[in-house]
Amino acid sequence: MNGLLMLIPLALALGLIGLGAFLWALKSGQFDDLDGAAHRILFDDDDGPKA
Amino acid sequence: MTECRHCGLPAPTATEFCCSGCEAAYALVRDQGLEQYYRRRCLDPTARALRPDAEAGPLDVSGQAVVGEDGIVTLHLMVEGLHCAACVWLIESLLGRQPAVVQARLNMTTRRLVLRWRGAAALGNDLIKPVLLVGYRVVPYDPARLGTETQRQEQELLRAMAVAGFASGNVMLFSVSLWAGASMGPATRSFLQWLSALVAVPAVIYCLRPFVRSALTALRVWRTNMDVPISLGVILTVAMSLYETFHGGRHSYFESALMLLFFLLVGRYLESLARGRARSAAEGLVALGAARVTVLEPEGGRRLLAPAEVKPGQTVLVATGERIGVDGTVSDGISELDTSLITGETAPYTVEPGCRVFAGTLNLTAPLRVVAGAVGEGTLLAEIVRLMEVAEQGRAHYVALADRVARLYAPVVHVMALLTFLGWRWGVGVPWQEALLTAVSVLIITCPCALALAVPVVQVIASGRLLRQGILLKSATALERLADVTTVVFDKTGTLTLGRPELRRDGRWQEDDLAVAASLAVASKHPLARALAGSVPAAHPLSGVVEVPGMGLQATEADGRRVRLGSRVWCGADGDDGQDQEAGQELWLARPGLPPVRFAFDDTLRPDAVSVVATLRQQGFAVELLSGDRAPTVARIAAEVGIDSRHATCSPADKVSRLQTLKADGATRCMVGDGLNDAPALATADVSMSPSSAVDVSQNVADVVFQGKFLAPVVEILTVARLAHVLVRQNFAAAFLYNIVTVPLAVMGYVTPLLAALAMSSSSLVVIVNALRLQRRRKP
Repeated sequence: MNGLLMLIPLALALGLIGLGAFLWALKSGQFDDLDGAAHRILFDDDDGPKA
Repeated sequence: MTECRHCGLPAPTATEFCCSGCEAAYALVRDQGLEQYYRRRCLDPTARALRPDAEAGPLDVSGQAVVGEDGIVTLHLMVEGLHCAACVWLIESLLGRQPAVVQARLNMTTRRLVLRWRGAAALGNDLIKPVLLVGYRVVPYDPARLGTETQRQEQELLRAMAVAGFASGNVMLFSVSLWAGASMGPATRSFLQWLSALVAVPAVIYCLRPFVRSALTALRVWRTNMDVPISLGVILTVAMSLYETFHGGRHSYFESALMLLFFLLVGRYLESLARGRARSAAEGLVALGAARVTVLEPEGGRRLLAPAEVKPGQTVLVATGERIGVDGTVSDGISELDTSLITGETAPYTVEPGCRVFAGTLNLTAPLRVVAGAVGEGTLLAEIVRLMEVAEQGRAHYVALADRVARLYAPVVHVMALLTFLGWRWGVGVPWQEALLTAVSVLIITCPCALALAVPVVQVIASGRLLRQGILLKSATALERLADVTTVVFDKTGTLTLGRPELRRDGRWQEDDLAVAASLAVASKHPLARALAGSVPAAHPLSGVVEVPGMGLQATEADGRRVRLGSRVWCGADGDDGQDQEAGQELWLARPGLPPVRFAFDDTLRPDAVSVVATLRQQGFAVELLSGDRAPTVARIAAEVGIDSRHATCSPADKVSRLQTLKADGATRCMVGDGLNDAPALATADVSMSPSSAVDVSQNVADVVFQGKFLAPVVEILTVARLAHVLVRQNFAAAFLYNIVTVPLAVMGYVTPLLAALAMSSSSLVVIVNALRLQRRRKP
């Protein structure tokens, strides 16, 4: 029972962190351009476009 | 033939570039130190070639730029001509290297570019110039007007899905321990139940909102839809579980409610995704009204105005290569107009003072002064758009199969659940909790999970299969309507044909005639001249070529003799040589001392038009041809492709009335067409398709847009639609069969809500697996 009291909140907290991270990523537009982001890193440039 | 170093299209041998525009573009890219672009890119053969557009008029984007409070100007642009990620990099680099630019970010999926800079709004025109010079096309748009509503809904669904996924997973863990722990003490059980409630109640409140909103909207107008039993089932389940938790009972079923929500949200999200894919194509709308027009002030000045601001009676200057922004009368100048946007026909049309001209037509050969007659909403262009909207509204009454099923199904579910409750409570006389539990089981087990997934899953897979072949489904119900099609109606120009003239090799001219003609023709923007020049890639432009508006081209050779290329009369050819006189589809070459030579042009058929028409007829479709062109041309084309039923010289209204006649005869009509003149017909037909060469307005009306120069997508679309229809019906049948078996069991009380939820999930799986069969390509 004591184990449960500790582990269940821990599990929930971890899940919530994951959920929060997903919602944050969604809100900050990281799912808007899935094709572009995958390729963008291939074009590293000394004086790349200002972002 | 070699490949052009810039656009990759064939270039004349021994040259590096196909045209001067490409050469300039290549120089620009190299000067910027960006030439690695050419190594990094991979050209997409289906996308528009990266060839600078010499014909494009000046683009003024300053009107669409928004000046922010901090002095930073923001402009939203839609970019056309992206091939791969290297294009994104090139555009961002070209823009980002200019000192004024604060941010340039191009979204590869949506093809939208956000450009921010410091300075005046008019600076934007200079900033985007390099992008245009390289060969991309940009269209400014207003982000507030474009699909933000659907995007917001999609985001809401995705968020709700994430929350439901998280909550159902965790609650399921607690529930598993509850079911497994038969020897569990009451304290532990109560603890787990309370934890479940703690997670489930907020999650349900959050995730149920889209369903409750839709259910309430339906109830307010005394209707019922699928969302009513869903909302009711979930709310009842949660309320009952809460009651049990309070009173230390065993029957808490939070996980059933959450799992149900999660599955439904997945279905909803897939559905909206299928529609969203098509949306980006629909967004390729060119804001024809957004272009500025040059107004000549009475006192002599010039002013740039939006077309809507022009008042009737004002004089508008239309430069060569510019689109006319107003309806009006020509007051000065002789020129030729490309009216294909309005009439769908490629042959240019000569105008002189006194002629009526219409907004949306392209001025080809000489500047014109036009006295505005009607502007904005009063123009023919606006009239056609209105005609189209009216027709669209008529079609909006089409009710999707899933909704029709729901309309019948939902009341039955409610009545059955209510009867179950009443029957158990007062018929059998069990306590009300138990009666309610059974009623909830009925609600959950009839809850149309499989029904909710049956249509969207098939739609997603069908549209995915079509998308890989460059076919975009724009309307959610298009597949269903396509499955019922009995008659396919084609437009001629641009649909059965490629919509651009090509030189007819009829042996009536010699190669050196062609060489001379082409050397004159390169100087002109006239479509026939361009076709002629295009057939001689190595043409040497003659110097001193003068374009005589409405007549043709003229050059004076060193010894003072004149060479003319142009209309029949102007070149001194007699009119009665027995040839079919398709006005405007010929050019004459007159040289001193030689008889005039005639170059005839054909609008060539799409390469597979004949076989597509044959296949359609073989599959039992009636095929018809409706064209605005003259009867002899239409007859020739119809005979070539093998269509018996044809109608020539149709105005847009004639096409609509012909389609209505067909409907009265009981046919389900699929219209395939392009051009703005077809837009009302496309909207009138039960379902419509448009090749992507079509002007953007008609793409907006068409349910399906296909790319490339082949007509085969028409057959593929119809095949997939019929296949999808069969699968949807199978899915419905599976869902119903499952209901017929399980509902009596649930009514009799043999099924707990948990079992109901499990059975429901399995039926959803069956439906999904069945739909996946559509992905297999069946070769005809």
